[in-house]
Amino acid sequence: MPTERITAAFDRAKVDKRAVLVSYLMAGDPDLETSYEALCALRDNGADIIELGAPFTDPMADGPAIQRAGLRALAAKTKLTDVLALIARFRESDQTTPIIIMGYANPVHSMGYGAFAEAAHKAGVDGTIIVDLPPEEDSPLREEYAKYGLSVIRLATPTTHEARMKKVAEGASGFLYFVSVTGVTGAGSADPAKIAGNIDMARRVSGLPVCVGFGVKTGAQAAEMAKIADGVVVGSAFVEHAEAAHESGDLARAPQGMGALAKELSSAIAGVAKP
Amino acid sequence: MDVRNAWDQWPDVNGRFGEFGGRYVAETLMPLILELEAEYRRAQKDPEFKAEMDDLWTHYVGRPSPLYFAERLTEHFGGAKIYFKRDELNHTGAHKINNCLGQVLLARRMGKTRIIAETGAGQHGVATATICARFGLECVVFMGETDVERQKPNVFRMRLLGAKIVPVSSGTGTLKDAMNEALRDWVTNVDNTFYCIGTVAGPHPYPELVRDFQSIIGKEAREQILDREGRLPDVIMACIGGGSNAIGLFHPFLEDESVRMIGVEAAGHGIETGEHAAALNGGRPGILHGNRTYLLQTDDGQILDAHSISAGLDYPGIGPEHAFLRDSGRAEYLSTTDKEALDAFQLCTKLEGIIPALEPSHALARVGEVAQELGKDGLIILNMCGRGDKDVFSVAKHLGVDM
Repeated sequence: MPTERITAAFDRAKVDKRAVLVSYLMAGDPDLETSYEALCALRDNGADIIELGAPFTDPMADGPAIQRAGLRALAAKTKLTDVLALIARFRESDQTTPIIIMGYANPVHSMGYGAFAEAAHKAGVDGTIIVDLPPEEDSPLREEYAKYGLSVIRLATPTTHEARMKKVAEGASGFLYFVSVTGVTGAGSADPAKIAGNIDMARRVSGLPVCVGFGVKTGAQAAEMAKIADGVVVGSAFVEHAEAAHESGDLARAPQGMGALAKELSSAIAGVAKP
Repeated sequence: MDVRNAWDQWPDVNGRFGEFGGRYVAETLMPLILELEAEYRRAQKDPEFKAEMDDLWTHYVGRPSPLYFAERLTEHFGGAKIYFKRDELNHTGAHKINNCLGQVLLARRMGKTRIIAETGAGQHGVATATICARFGLECVVFMGETDVERQKPNVFRMRLLGAKIVPVSSGTGTLKDAMNEALRDWVTNVDNTFYCIGTVAGPHPYPELVRDFQSIIGKEAREQILDREGRLPDVIMACIGGGSNAIGLFHPFLEDESVRMIGVEAAGHGIETGEHAAALNGGRPGILHGNRTYLLQTDDGQILDAHSISAGLDYPGIGPEHAFLRDSGRAEYLSTTDKEALDAFQLCTKLEGIIPALEPSHALARVGEVAQELGKDGLIILNMCGRGDKDVFSVAKHLGVDM
């Protein structure tokens, strides 16, 4: 069922002739209750798919904004089991919005791939993006996921040439996450014209929808990316609202700010008609 | 699983040493490490590459380093004969340059113009900056803020050599954070940048190629001891942070089953206190910085901060080949506390007129017990992997001396 939930989200967008909005937030940033409210706000304001970050002490592919988000979540003692419990809670009232866990290998490895896959399935997770598990290393995890139909969502980048893309596509499901720039999260944005060819190639080789992320912060940027991709991923810009809420002490600002941003992004994306 | 018996045949084609090693990196870096591996395979077959290395090793680094009989230390303990493999006499004062030279020559073959490195004690940073100066390459060194503070002489040396130092404040500002930041730089500057990793960790092929470059230590030591004593040593010993000097000494002896190998980890304030850097003695397997190995981590898989008086050992992981050698029983791994290392530092200085770095002082602290256990007929080689000039300020502080 999980992969179906992702596929259904792309199907709904296709009927509307638009790209999907994938929104990222860090679980437990600054606390789990705020994350729950934020999940609901994102869903209510047009996020088609939600990526929920699982914090890690050493996030080597992330820029400063998401590094700080992870540190706030860890300071609130957020564990991987808490991330799963948060998703289970969200699933009580939402059976349609796909939730993807995004994180690093060690916490999952520490729980054990089999135990994690079972727990993720029970919680209502649809798939994961494990940044430091490339195709060469994720087969033990994939075997466990296969028991529950969980998706392995892979990353492709501007350095992924066509031969490599075949490897990346092998065993991937749900969608392909195209990292638009060589760099960390929250860095500068890519020129859509420069990556359009890579995205076409990724779609052709993988047969999966391709979502573009890294460096997309505004409605205008999202609209540009929506022209060339099947979905647009926004992360650091959402996370900045959690930071602002944490710093102001008014945690309600996190779901409010994230909801408003999701609304801006989803309307901008809806304004780009897809064939 | 691969069931080869030959100890020196690892890693396998997937970069694995048994269950350890591998290539756990973000997709952006995969094409780069695959390209590096391909280039390394070509270089291994290229006699010119070897000739250039040998020439610079001889005339620039000062190899072979001597094998020295530490007569007074031997008398002091009253047991086995203790020899020092004197890699602290290399240009820049540590074993690190063996590896930097190899990697920078590889970078040149690959047309890379910018070299990045992480450093803890600063020895790898200094060695990288040195080779970059020699070849006129841009050099950027990532160093934890805490380490920038406690290793000031090395920071200045690197600047003199033309390197740019980037102090890293994320995390706890030590070696692991410097490595994270170097990886972030690398994913950002993939086209022109070569990441010169300082130890036998990171994604495949780094643990293999760093080991191969450092194996000059063991190759020389093996020939030298056969020449001096007419037989192989009973024990070879080295300190372990990431483990590059130890694997460099161990690897050429792996097939000599009679030779015991002892690695010494940093126990900091004591393993029982939780404030240490002993990944093998106080950690469990996990995934960090591109490889699966023993790590200091919480029950939830978060990485713990290491602690050691020695900045060069202050790392929560260990090279995957050491994890493999430990689990297979081929090598033993002991540990030494900060205080024991300080005592050994002073003892060696007074008895041998050699000021050791704090890193090999950890191995020195265990050599007495091993010498006594072996008795007078025994033979030990200890890798004196670095000199202590860089540590005199911090040792003075720990001894309460105001300089």
